[in-house]
Amino acid sequence: MADAAQKMTTTEARLASLDMPTGGWSEAARKDALSRVQKMGLPERRDEYWRYTRPDTLTQAAAVPAALFHNDEAPLFGDIDRVKIVFVDGVFDEDASDDLSAEGVNIERLATTTADIHWARDLYGTLEAKGQDPVERPLATLNTAFATDGVLIHVTGKAAKPISLQYHHRSETSDAILHHVIRVDAGAEVTVLENGPAAARFNKVMEVDIADTGIFHHVRAQGRDHERRAATHIFARLGTESVFKSFTLTANGVMTRNECIIELTGDDAMAHVAGACVGDGDFHHDDTVFVTHDAVNCESRQVFKKVLRNGATGVFQGKILVKAGAQKTDGYQISQSLLLDEDSQFLAKPELEIYADDVACSHGSTSGAIDETALFYLRSRGIPEGQATDLLTLAFLAEAVEEIEDGTLREEIVDRLSGWLERHRS
Amino acid sequence: MLSIKNLQVKLEEEDKEILKGVDLEIEAGKVHAIMGPNGSGKSTLSYVLSGKDGYEVTAGEAHLEGEDVLAMEPEERAAAGLFLAFQYPVEIPGVGNMTFLRTAVNAQRKARGEDEMSAAEFLKVVRAKAKELKIDADMLKRPVNVGFSGGEKKRNEILQMAMLEPKMCILDETDSGLDVDAMKLVAEGVNALRSAGRGFLVITHYQRLLDHIKPDVVHIMANGRIVKTGGPELALEVENNGYGDILAEVA
Repeated sequence: MADAAQKMTTTEARLASLDMPTGGWSEAARKDALSRVQKMGLPERRDEYWRYTRPDTLTQAAAVPAALFHNDEAPLFGDIDRVKIVFVDGVFDEDASDDLSAEGVNIERLATTTADIHWARDLYGTLEAKGQDPVERPLATLNTAFATDGVLIHVTGKAAKPISLQYHHRSETSDAILHHVIRVDAGAEVTVLENGPAAARFNKVMEVDIADTGIFHHVRAQGRDHERRAATHIFARLGTESVFKSFTLTANGVMTRNECIIELTGDDAMAHVAGACVGDGDFHHDDTVFVTHDAVNCESRQVFKKVLRNGATGVFQGKILVKAGAQKTDGYQISQSLLLDEDSQFLAKPELEIYADDVACSHGSTSGAIDETALFYLRSRGIPEGQATDLLTLAFLAEAVEEIEDGTLREEIVDRLSGWLERHRS
Repeated sequence: MLSIKNLQVKLEEEDKEILKGVDLEIEAGKVHAIMGPNGSGKSTLSYVLSGKDGYEVTAGEAHLEGEDVLAMEPEERAAAGLFLAFQYPVEIPGVGNMTFLRTAVNAQRKARGEDEMSAAEFLKVVRAKAKELKIDADMLKRPVNVGFSGGEKKRNEILQMAMLEPKMCILDETDSGLDVDAMKLVAEGVNALRSAGRGFLVITHYQRLLDHIKPDVVHIMANGRIVKTGGPELALEVENNGYGDILAEVA
């Protein structure tokens, strides 16, 4: 009982530190979320899904201050023709943002759509609420209740440009909560990019509803500020013959928990979620993924690769749930770590739960070191040890990075990874 | 070109002596062959010269054009002009063959203080050389040696040699696992690289490779030493009579 009481004390303290926006179409969903999170309580260390990642810095009332990180690198996705939407410490920056219009999409801000009727009303908090079963995700519910802003993207056709959400971190104590809702209509297609550290502490939810034959691409890079903390959730629902593809690059970060909850509800749909992370020292990175197959002949892939050194920690909790009737499911899950020294650790919990009898599901999880034979081969051709190690490390990450379909985006991500590896050579 | 004096080597992990005093002088422009039974130390010699871990040099020295090879890192040896064609070329999933080749060429150029090769120039050169070795565009694109047949792997070794233009080439049982046609192709590739400024050390079990790559000098190695040195006729003697006679003769 002491634990339960402690949990409620923490939850109440956190809720008391926040103000809920009032009025408008989202009010009912926010109130519902508040009562749900009050009932659940925020995560604590004894919770089954938080065994490998300490939630305290994500749930305490105030954010742990995070030093700002400066670098003179050209910003990611800078050369791509896109609709740029900028948030600084979670606050929309109109001057730095592009005009929020592009062919094929209708973009609005959560904070400024205050009417009582809006298309996002049926979605906001809906996928998040549905994603609470069978595993509770209270930080996402907190987000639904208290998000201060976000974007509402209605994709009506083939979007002319990628929508690029750029997050800056300029205050050492910032604590940001953003909630995005994306609806992809039948036959419509969009690419959403996200990059940057966002805040000292960042809680973000993205709900993505993809109608039949809709296509959604997502490429994200979480920023190099090492002291930042983040808890992010993606909730996606896929209709018939729809496509969802999400890739995340994480370089640095003392605390990152990325959850991705996908439900395949229409036949012949495809969901791929991938991540590549590189971490040094007190880096902690957690990918928690839950894919539910609830339709026939769907394909899902989870590809997560982590490069860890100097005591860094990587976590993977991935599940494929195949419901009764979801025949011809093709599920694949791989989580691998490359441990560059003996101090780093990788904790993996792969799970399969299958109630249909005609499915193909595979999963694998490995931890390993650099292949010394390959390293010698490269060096014997004149490639210096550091560079050879980087080549082999990039090769290890390749399966995840190759999940990015667009060649230009993929190259940008590879460049970032190469740069990080070069700077972190021993 | 390559001068080896009284080279003695043991395994790092166990107290086992593999090379017991090897002396070898390879002149520029010459092809030397080393033949010998299994376990005689031929491959160890090639690994020690290229800098593989796991061996301890207990005595002796090796110099490449006067430079102390044994004091260098493997990549420095390569940049100094030493090349080992592996008996078992390593498969490296995820690293494209082309990326690998270009990285190697430019790393060596950089180490020697030369300008890097541009992407366009590199492409032109690699395509021409690949064509001579019947290496198609697909093999260049694929990950290094992954899914290559035995013959393709060996041709890929020769392609690397052709691109890197080393001064001293060591071929470790390049004929192993090759059929006659593949062996001819590989030998042609090697012969095309023979020049006045380049030395070769061809390590092999069998005489047949030496039908295609004609050696100037043939050494017989046994039990960690060079026990006999002669002309090409020595290889024929091995072919006809096996190693038994020679070993008995020097014992």
